[in-house]
Amino acid sequence: MTSDIVFFLLAAISVFTALMVVFSKSPIYSVMWLIACFFSIAGHYVMLNAQFLAIVHIIVYAGAIMVLMLFTVMLLNLNKESEPHKSILSKSIGIITGGMLFLVLLAAMRSTQLGPYSAPETTDVGFVQKVGMKLFTDYLLPFEMTSVLFIAAMIGSVVLAKKERNI
Amino acid sequence: MSELVNTSTPQNWYLLLSTLLFSIGVMGVLIRRNAIIILMCIELMLNSVNLLLVSFSAYAGNTDGQVFVFFIMVVAAAEVAVGLALLVSIYRNLGSTDIDVLSKLKG
Repeated sequence: MTSDIVFFLLAAISVFTALMVVFSKSPIYSVMWLIACFFSIAGHYVMLNAQFLAIVHIIVYAGAIMVLMLFTVMLLNLNKESEPHKSILSKSIGIITGGMLFLVLLAAMRSTQLGPYSAPETTDVGFVQKVGMKLFTDYLLPFEMTSVLFIAAMIGSVVLAKKERNI
Repeated sequence: MSELVNTSTPQNWYLLLSTLLFSIGVMGVLIRRNAIIILMCIELMLNSVNLLLVSFSAYAGNTDGQVFVFFIMVVAAAEVAVGLALLVSIYRNLGSTDIDVLSKLKG
């Protein structure tokens, strides 16, 4: 039952930090809460025995993406004073819409009939060896294609962020 | 180590958690006007889907789901890089990251 307690703790942290991302006033605080949320999701991955993904998740999200976001927020000098706000009406409409989406998905989940569950024989599906073997045999072509995607993204972001010359 | 996925935690709880996180992300996209926070909420939605894929992969004993999660992370990283470059460009031209300023197409 220890795993249940850990699950609920991590789930509570995830949901709380996700709500704080949406509702905190300053963009810097939102980024900080998002980092906490990503760490709790990495904890979920460890609980699910997906060690490779847990480490990659921390390196990619907390290490790269969040640093990029934080730099951009600081570069653009966004603070609480310059923060635009929607009207109360459209905010409440947004909250109601999100809640309705949750209810619809929940109803769809409740009406599914799950077959009898049989536990898998192997629990090492998330280990580095298994994921690496899969990645470099069955998914070799998509894996190589990601390098093309990254080059395109790199060139694209450099071109977009470059100072425009007045033509 | 193998006791960690003892499947005593029902998978429904993971379904519930990722649905909740996805809904929070949608809510954030709808109620915030700052484009950076909208980008962060999109990241949140991608992460909830990743969590769902990993839980299905772990409960079914199949590695393919985790490879998909790896590719989703790759696409998310590229998306954030291009999105932030666009934001910097928008901020330089308009002096704001408010999405309601970007209404030129409205005509």
